[in-house]
Amino acid sequence: MNDLRLRFGQNLGLWLGVLLFVLLYALYSTLHPKGWTVDLLVQNANESFALIMVSMAQAVPVITGGIDLSVGPMMTLVNCLASVLVSGTPGAIVLGILACLAAGALAGFVNGCIVVYGRIQPIIATLATGAVYIGIALFLRPSPGGKVDENLSWVATNALAEMDTTYHWFPDGPPAWFAETLGRVPVPIVLILAVVLLIWVPFRNTVTGRGCYAVGSAEGAAYMSGLDIGRSRLAAYTLGGLFAACGGLYLALQTGSGNADIPQAGAYTLNSIAAVVVGGTSLYGGSGGAVGALFGALVLRAISFCFRVFDSNGPLGFLSNPLLQPIFEGVILLLAVSLGAARVFRVKNRLTLFT
Amino acid sequence: MAETAAPILELSGVSKRYGGVRALDGVDFACRRGSIHAVLGENGAGKSTLIKVIAGVVQPNAGTIRLNGRTVTFPSPQAANAAGIVCIFQELSLLPDLSVADNIAIADPPRRFGLIDRRAQRRRAEQLLARVGCEDINPLLQVRQLPLSRRQMVEIAKALGRAPQLLILDEATSALTAADVEKVYAILHGLRDSGLSLLYISHRMHEIEALADTCSVFRNGQHIDTFPKGARSDEQIVQMMIGREWHSVYPPKPQRTAPPPPALELNGVGWENRLHDISLAVGRGEIVGLGGLDGQGQRELLLALFGVLRGVSGEIAVNGTPCRIGSPAAAKSPQVGMALIPEDRKTEGLMLPMSVRDNISIAALGAMTRGAVVDRAQEARRIDEVAARLKIKFGRLTDAVATLSGGNQQKVVIAKWLLTGARVVLLNDPTRGIDVGTKQEIYQLLRDLADAGTAILFYSTDYDELIGCCDSVLILYDGRIVRTLQGEAITEANIVASSLNLPLARAAAESAA
Amino acid sequence: MKALAAIDRPMLIAGLCIVLILFAGTAYTVTTQGTATFIEPAYLLQQIKIAAFLGIVSAGMMVVILLGHIDLSIPWTIAASAMLATAVGGGWALPVGLGVGLAVGLVNGLGVAFLRVPSMIFTLGVNAVLRGLMVMLTGGFAPQSNATGLMVWLATGRPLGIANSVIVWALLSAALVFMLTRTPFGRYIYAVGNREAATYLSGINTRLVLIGSFIICDVCAALSGLLIAGYTSKAFQAMGDVYLLPAIAAVVVGGTNILGGQGRYLGTVIGTVLIVLLQSVLSVAQMPEAGRQIIYGAVIIAMLLAYGRGSAVRG
Repeated sequence: MNDLRLRFGQNLGLWLGVLLFVLLYALYSTLHPKGWTVDLLVQNANESFALIMVSMAQAVPVITGGIDLSVGPMMTLVNCLASVLVSGTPGAIVLGILACLAAGALAGFVNGCIVVYGRIQPIIATLATGAVYIGIALFLRPSPGGKVDENLSWVATNALAEMDTTYHWFPDGPPAWFAETLGRVPVPIVLILAVVLLIWVPFRNTVTGRGCYAVGSAEGAAYMSGLDIGRSRLAAYTLGGLFAACGGLYLALQTGSGNADIPQAGAYTLNSIAAVVVGGTSLYGGSGGAVGALFGALVLRAISFCFRVFDSNGPLGFLSNPLLQPIFEGVILLLAVSLGAARVFRVKNRLTLFT
Repeated sequence: MAETAAPILELSGVSKRYGGVRALDGVDFACRRGSIHAVLGENGAGKSTLIKVIAGVVQPNAGTIRLNGRTVTFPSPQAANAAGIVCIFQELSLLPDLSVADNIAIADPPRRFGLIDRRAQRRRAEQLLARVGCEDINPLLQVRQLPLSRRQMVEIAKALGRAPQLLILDEATSALTAADVEKVYAILHGLRDSGLSLLYISHRMHEIEALADTCSVFRNGQHIDTFPKGARSDEQIVQMMIGREWHSVYPPKPQRTAPPPPALELNGVGWENRLHDISLAVGRGEIVGLGGLDGQGQRELLLALFGVLRGVSGEIAVNGTPCRIGSPAAAKSPQVGMALIPEDRKTEGLMLPMSVRDNISIAALGAMTRGAVVDRAQEARRIDEVAARLKIKFGRLTDAVATLSGGNQQKVVIAKWLLTGARVVLLNDPTRGIDVGTKQEIYQLLRDLADAGTAILFYSTDYDELIGCCDSVLILYDGRIVRTLQGEAITEANIVASSLNLPLARAAAESAA
Repeated sequence: MKALAAIDRPMLIAGLCIVLILFAGTAYTVTTQGTATFIEPAYLLQQIKIAAFLGIVSAGMMVVILLGHIDLSIPWTIAASAMLATAVGGGWALPVGLGVGLAVGLVNGLGVAFLRVPSMIFTLGVNAVLRGLMVMLTGGFAPQSNATGLMVWLATGRPLGIANSVIVWALLSAALVFMLTRTPFGRYIYAVGNREAATYLSGINTRLVLIGSFIICDVCAALSGLLIAGYTSKAFQAMGDVYLLPAIAAVVVGGTNILGGQGRYLGTVIGTVLIVLLQSVLSVAQMPEAGRQIIYGAVIIAMLLAYGRGSAVRG
């Protein structure tokens, strides 16, 4: 019990993010004119997927005390690559998906190499590589378009039951247990769970993964403790690239095309930083995690969902004015990132403010 | 001296230079198996560099290292660890955001299927913590949630977890409470008896007395002598460490007939639960020392006076005028005229990459302007004056202050505050990590400042310094002043006894026995 | 000697890089069009005129980067200043525009200095708020009103033979160099960038330094917004977006340490010219956007690698 309370206290930021998301999503569901339905969940999950992955991509370098301003461009690059590769025979599709993921990981690896071996500050190194990745994306897809396998698009963006209707898993039709329960789970949620449980959680529990936290916490002490700090950093940026690739791939499936949209890439990068902070990861490194970033991204998405459903005749009707939404979103973002400032007013020794 | 056991570690002709500074100069040194070997020396004598070389943190410029008779080189701390050399550094090598269990198993945690086995890791942490008598530490706590003395115990547990052959402890007891020190001694003796070799770095004579089998003295990067415990008197050892008569180091204290008019008065100052009801007065021209064990509120007291702490209660008066000091800027203002030489000159005293000039003039810059512009002629003149007065050695005024030696860096910090014409000077352990010669200059400077009417409040972790420099010494214990020592009563025995909050009579009886 | 000492390694490399860009561009135009466009004075003057907009933004950004901070609210500070100035019009256009910069800088400075939110994330939030404000005020469309005559004159007039925007840039540069090298405030900026705790313990009000610097940065951005609106005679949504990354790049390519504390103003000017020339040469060479982005990023990385790597962690 005591241990549980300890763990809870050490992850307060994460739980605040979760709580915020639950509250916001509950508000959204109750205000929605049709109420909460599976279709709504599918739609929301689809709209959130890319930002979640990009935020998780951002979280890993941030844990090491760095930052990756190229997560948006990496996502865009893979999005464009997918619009070229992910179509044709099933074999070609599988190869295309693997190539997309590998491309993202490679882009992240390049970031890591420049940061670790070039010893250039991450913020400026990834700013520059971001331009390069956007350039490659534009080269692949000078104007929006391309083609992504439609069956795959369909199943990836719907509930699990659609997998069966598309690929005919059950020759005799879906059994009742499947159709009633599992079949209603949106595929994007399954995919996110898979990424978290199959990639992030194991990574966190490797020596290299824990080294990421060590580097962000106290780089000198990590070195003294005999950790390979270079390898941890490289792994962090590479994993960031892989996560961003997942986001880009999904975006391609969702839109059915590739689009080297520079403003969109920038917006994703900036939102990913906000999501990481809202999810309880310190920009100074050493704490937090990709799960926090996941919820941070969900909070950001839930905020924009909420604005869609305010009844324009109700007491909060003015909130539904589309012209007011950007400013409310901005103010809420600003307030959310200022939450941590409460600490400043409790500090008794002002010297601790400077560390 | 007869070598009873083969040396586990042998250094021959090892040298290490940092820029122009020779930190180690042709050192020959050996350490036997199954013994506790103390390395003594002033700060800057080369002790820290010695262990950094042995532990693979830095590479020597010349010389060879032999471990168990085989020549070895350690390109990194990992390499030294793999060879069984484990180090507990003065600056803790713990990761504040990670849990105690994570920290103890950081380099080589128990794994299952390639992943860290948290349960096994936790069990291991509990076992190791039990070995150092700290069963009460929950391995799930983050290190940042532990007080400093507990962190040090975690550090020792972490070192033991690496199954060392040679364990190096660098000032490992500096943050420990008295009870923990006893525990550590027992653990270390137990380790020695099980065949481990320990290198123990300290500057506390009584610790050496209680712990070591063999002592080596270092001075100015050179190995002076090695001898079994008890073969030399304390006076001889001190003489070896400083290389000259000890008493010549401190300037004479003035004889006073009447107490000087007070420049700084505190009445019932408190802060959080770290400072309680502190009342004191520092007269013009007086040097008042703050003593006691480390971490009894001395640093907090100086920070409270300088306006760094929030929520300080009680009254502070300068030159008889009560004042509220809410920030260092207010403390510096001409009405107050206070200066603080902070604890850590590298992070709190200096902007290391900036020039000597910029560092010296930064505090007084506001007073050296014409209109809104820095009066560069006046600035240069005053910097020249103060640099000459303090005999600061540097190449050019535009050189980065990082290129200076520790002693000269500290002089730059002091020069910065001399330019403001401070009337009350607070010093937080100002001679830590600087050479004996510079120390002596600083003692002389403090006395000169006092003679010119400055009030000085001086915290030092070095009892000799308090005895040699101060007109009176206040001993803090648990955030309270427990004793005021004056004149002849400022003796090592009295300071030590008061620091442990023992009555003086008993301490006197003990020293007589 | 003294003049030579004023040029450090990054500036030298950046300077050489400018020459290289001009040379490569000229070689291209000579072979394809038979003209040496890039070394014609008219072309160079035109480039300097364009560079003024980025140069003013970079100048302000440099001050904040010297502190070890960054200002991501630049894009919508530029746009807000231009939009409000054109909306108000008349004699109040300039004061309102600059007032926007002052207000934004004050908010940024307060957030960073008092709340101690990392500047990267706080200014990001401020940028979002500004965007929201502008959407609310303009209804999401570009304002219909035009830039005032004074704004147009400041941006494009040339009573002294060179464009006024260049003169504004030069005056601002002189003022910033004076501030950075001759005033206590300038010294404090470098001191905070190197070690804020030591500066604070030297009895300097570091909060004022932070707030003042953010105000300088955002007023510069606002000024640039006014000039850009004058140059294009209109303000429009997202007009500032293209200035953020080049401004950061110009400061860093000019040798200022992104972690703060080190950097010379001349370097930022050289960095600005380099970035503007690079963009211009690539567009004249009809390089598609894809190639431009790639070369742009590669040049920044190559230059930073050439400046020398940071130090490795050791003990």
